[in-house]
Amino acid sequence: MRRIDAIKEIASFAKKENALLISNIGVPSKELYYVSDTPQNFYMLGSMGLVSSIGLGLSLAKPDRKVISIDGDGSILMNLGSLTTIASTQPSNYVLVIIDNGSYGSTGDQPTATSHYSNIATIAKGAGNRRVDEVNEKHELRAALENMSSGILIVKAEPGNANGKVIELTPKQIIGRFMDHISSRPYDLV
Amino acid sequence: MSGYVNRGTKPYDAVFKGILDSKIDLVTSVPCINLKELIHMVETSNDIIHVPVSREEEGVGICAGAYMGFKRTAILMQNSGLGNSINALASLNLLYGIPLLMIVSHRGTDEETISAQIPMGDLTPKLLDTIGIPYFITDSVIEVHDIIVDAWEKAELMRKPVAVLLPISFWRSI
Repeated sequence: MRRIDAIKEIASFAKKENALLISNIGVPSKELYYVSDTPQNFYMLGSMGLVSSIGLGLSLAKPDRKVISIDGDGSILMNLGSLTTIASTQPSNYVLVIIDNGSYGSTGDQPTATSHYSNIATIAKGAGNRRVDEVNEKHELRAALENMSSGILIVKAEPGNANGKVIELTPKQIIGRFMDHISSRPYDLV
Repeated sequence: MSGYVNRGTKPYDAVFKGILDSKIDLVTSVPCINLKELIHMVETSNDIIHVPVSREEEGVGICAGAYMGFKRTAILMQNSGLGNSINALASLNLLYGIPLLMIVSHRGTDEETISAQIPMGDLTPKLLDTIGIPYFITDSVIEVHDIIVDAWEKAELMRKPVAVLLPISFWRSI
């Protein structure tokens, strides 16, 4: 499946669940912005590797809200320790989706280790995560999301970028409206 | 608040009290021998969610997410971890305006015996200056409580990380 199709499905599921959605640096955030821009999205524009950590921190802070992070293979390979921390903390409201297309899509499709011998699902299990699922086909994705209250979901995708949209929000607008939404009250911008 | 401190007050007690009085309620940590007691206190506190992390940058990310969920956050780390977290501090915290209290065991200072600590010991204040993160340095157990409370207030007000650097002499003082 194409990554944007996976993102569309995740965004639609997040909307239905009233979940908070954290999206990965680069083109994936632009694709999410294009398919579904809502205050419930936090677009991580920098800090490659940290989308899984931001989602984990948020899920620990808001145990009553479902939190979903959209990570990538290149990004999680930069922060594999995060998989061990998620295993140690085991938040019951957090789903980490890793879209694995075997490449650094935003920088020219250089291959990642998952295009060779490395397997993210096996790594996530080895890190101690009890619930790790993997889907290959688009039609399996919705059911996998429905069936997983918390855990790590690997989504195999083809390399390549869709035509996303430039995010016409400043970083402070992104965080401001996101926190407004979470608190249901205005969050002062500095 | 210095009235709290007396001759028997341990450095880690004063730091912990500062963290509690700042109403910090989520802490990430990477260990340092000087943070041993403090990490244990945070771990066993009922008022604080403690998340031990594998690398400082990861801790910065977790704190950023928790802040968006309205937690007051701190990271406990050794200054060697500053280099591991510079990109996150700049392209996450400074970019979005996310506060963070950084309690830093500042090694490579005073009579440091491990030569490998010296380079980052020297570079730590310069790196913080360069990326525009305010910091306090103290070796006073009497003053550290108020400094920590001020540091968090400043972090919230300025919406950026603020560091408290605690050199070897601080941890040895009584």
